Amino acid sequence: MDFDYSEEQQQLADSLQKYLAANYGFEARKKTLDSEAGFSQSAWSAFADIGLTALPFDNEAGGFGGGAVDMMPAMEAFGEALVVEPLLDHVALASRLVATVGTPSQRDAVLPALLAGSRKATLAHLERGRRYALEPVNTVVLKAGDGWRLDGEKIVVLGAAAADVLVVSAQISHGPGCPVSGGTGLFLVDRQAAGVKLSTYRTVDGQRAADVTFIGVMLPPDALLGGEEQKGQALTHLEEAIDFATALLCADAAGAMKSATDATLEYTRGRKQFGIAIASFQALQHRMVDMFIACEEARSMAILAACRVDAARGLTDEVSVAARKKAVSAAMVKVADAARLVSQESVQLHGGMGMTEEMKISHTFRRLTASVQRFGDADHHLARYAGIG
Amino acid sequence: MDLNNTPEEAAFRNEVRTWLAANLPSDLQEKVTRYQHLSREDLVLWHKILAAKGWSVPHWPVEWGGTGWDITQRYIFDEEMGFAGAPGQAPFGPVMCAAVLMRFGTEPQKNRFLPRMRDGEDFWVQGYSEPGAGSDLASLKTRAERQGDHYLVNGQKIWTTLGHYGDWIFCLVRTDATVEKRQEGISFLLIDMKTPGITVRPLILMDGSHEVNEIFFENVKVPIENLVFEENKGWTVAKYLLGHERMGSARTGGLRREMTALKTLAAKEQRDGKALMEDIRFRDRVSRTEIELDALELTAMRFLDKMRKSGQPPGADVSMLKIRGTEIQQMITELMMQAVGPNSQPFAAVNDGHVDPYASRLAPRYFNYRKASIYAGSNEIQKNIIAKMTLGL
Repeated sequence: MDFDYSEEQQQLADSLQKYLAANYGFEARKKTLDSEAGFSQSAWSAFADIGLTALPFDNEAGGFGGGAVDMMPAMEAFGEALVVEPLLDHVALASRLVATVGTPSQRDAVLPALLAGSRKATLAHLERGRRYALEPVNTVVLKAGDGWRLDGEKIVVLGAAAADVLVVSAQISHGPGCPVSGGTGLFLVDRQAAGVKLSTYRTVDGQRAADVTFIGVMLPPDALLGGEEQKGQALTHLEEAIDFATALLCADAAGAMKSATDATLEYTRGRKQFGIAIASFQALQHRMVDMFIACEEARSMAILAACRVDAARGLTDEVSVAARKKAVSAAMVKVADAARLVSQESVQLHGGMGMTEEMKISHTFRRLTASVQRFGDADHHLARYAGIG
Repeated sequence: MDLNNTPEEAAFRNEVRTWLAANLPSDLQEKVTRYQHLSREDLVLWHKILAAKGWSVPHWPVEWGGTGWDITQRYIFDEEMGFAGAPGQAPFGPVMCAAVLMRFGTEPQKNRFLPRMRDGEDFWVQGYSEPGAGSDLASLKTRAERQGDHYLVNGQKIWTTLGHYGDWIFCLVRTDATVEKRQEGISFLLIDMKTPGITVRPLILMDGSHEVNEIFFENVKVPIENLVFEENKGWTVAKYLLGHERMGSARTGGLRREMTALKTLAAKEQRDGKALMEDIRFRDRVSRTEIELDALELTAMRFLDKMRKSGQPPGADVSMLKIRGTEIQQMITELMMQAVGPNSQPFAAVNDGHVDPYASRLAPRYFNYRKASIYAGSNEIQKNIIAKMTLGL
């Protein structure tokens, strides 16, 4: 048993925190939010320099061989600073899927630039009316000549406009009128390809996303990630990738919760009413204790999820996979409850000021609200957890 | 980060588990897991079985009969005892009074009391709370007047758990009522419960159980050699003891066993022709509770890891384990009762023989465990402690 970060993990966290403290304050972040792209290229380059874009990849792919636990300290720091650049989508989901599912030639062609941070990929998997279901229904590919033809729609694709490559989950069809599905495939799609249309918007927590339509998009033969060999395995890989990202999202949320709680403690110590600091009121003290406990428990569960994801890495046996799924869903349920409590209470205890855009706390509120719905809300994960038995 | 036991720890866990499987009497285990009454004889028997193995006071220094286990081994031991359904050790002697004697006792006091405590010869109970002194313990009024070679004790204690089993009671008493700062006039006394003038009156709880008592002291003579530490310095002792009380309060082993029992029960109970566990409303409540237990376990392990590495007792924030542990305990008892539906209605306390002996104990258990968020420093007091000591509010 050991609950400390290793020296290397701590070093990475330290250099990231140092960078964020110097360059990612409230005002700097606001500038990024207000910019056209909503994305700071210099921040992204800094993250790449620190090694984050290459961390969870094998050494032979040019990565640092890290797992979810290795990413955790970075995610906690991201949560505290409310980093808007979607590292989860670009790295933990899209790049990582290319690495785990891709053929050697796909990996060689795509990964180096992604790991270096010079290009970005993002995952497009959510569909309208399908909530958090992983199996694509509204996005279909057909064999077309040597290659493929892609039609359909994905929603809430984070970082879509900034991405060079989209990793798109799609149903493989045998042809019009043929009821037999060829299963799910993950396809590499050039974001600039003809027929790819982005309808971009800001998310509630200031990130950039898009709904993406695909109309007759022609894909080369090697667009199918993993080729024929991996056909039928796409959903399994997708689920693992989402679990990996969910564990990291829990760490991000734990960091955001800590920042909200610290800010609330500080604010109530300084805010005076009736001639004394409102932090001296027991009604408020107990609520802040509840927030503090929720933060600690959320962090405990983020650790559990990351450790179980790493323990099941590369394993396909039922026991390891079930342990991973159960831990990730348990963590997301606990984190969702904790995030709701902490974000709501932090605004309440800040009073009217907590409602304003001027206070970081309102941004943390929105971040936490969005986070706990990204890869399935508490109900979704509770059902998944209970279903495993 | 590593959640696993080391091979040595796993081997130790296995050793404890194997020993418990062979040595925990099945009737005692059944009483624990079926929520039946444990008599004084049951508790003493189990204590003596542990003592014969050398495991009755694992946390004590080795020279007094401790095992020399490190903190992780002690946690594993407690957890395995909980999993197995072993009777819980009454903490008043071996944990609380022993800690006080080790820290503040004279050599004669240690020699006189510790070996008998270790071997289960004396059953110790606690005389802290009074009718007017609960969370505000320092307002206690039980008087002890120095008269030559003894104190004369008059007053009343309340909530004395297992006071009717007690051979000895340690008490906080007021030895100086004139001081302005109330904490300064308090002393810590060890009192033989066979002394004339002591009356034990049961307080029957709403589950029908006799667990706690009121204790009346009327001109009770206590030899001055039974004073621990200095006269009027008992508050120092009391604070030290309360710190000890908070340490092992997560009880994750027992909670895990009960969670399993709850799921087993809900799989057996039927609703509309299906297992209750498949009823989504019920299942979700069970799952949520189980997730809370996961979070408690992990958080307890994080405290343990920190203590192991620092060699220091935990900070005040460890109070969160008491708060969450008791809340989860209460959730489980409530779900157990609800799982059996109408079979929870017959009251075990007043119907012997002709009611379901398991189901009829589930409502009383739910009643009984409302105590958990009140005892050992109410959960509100625990929040005060965290607010003050950890958050600096």
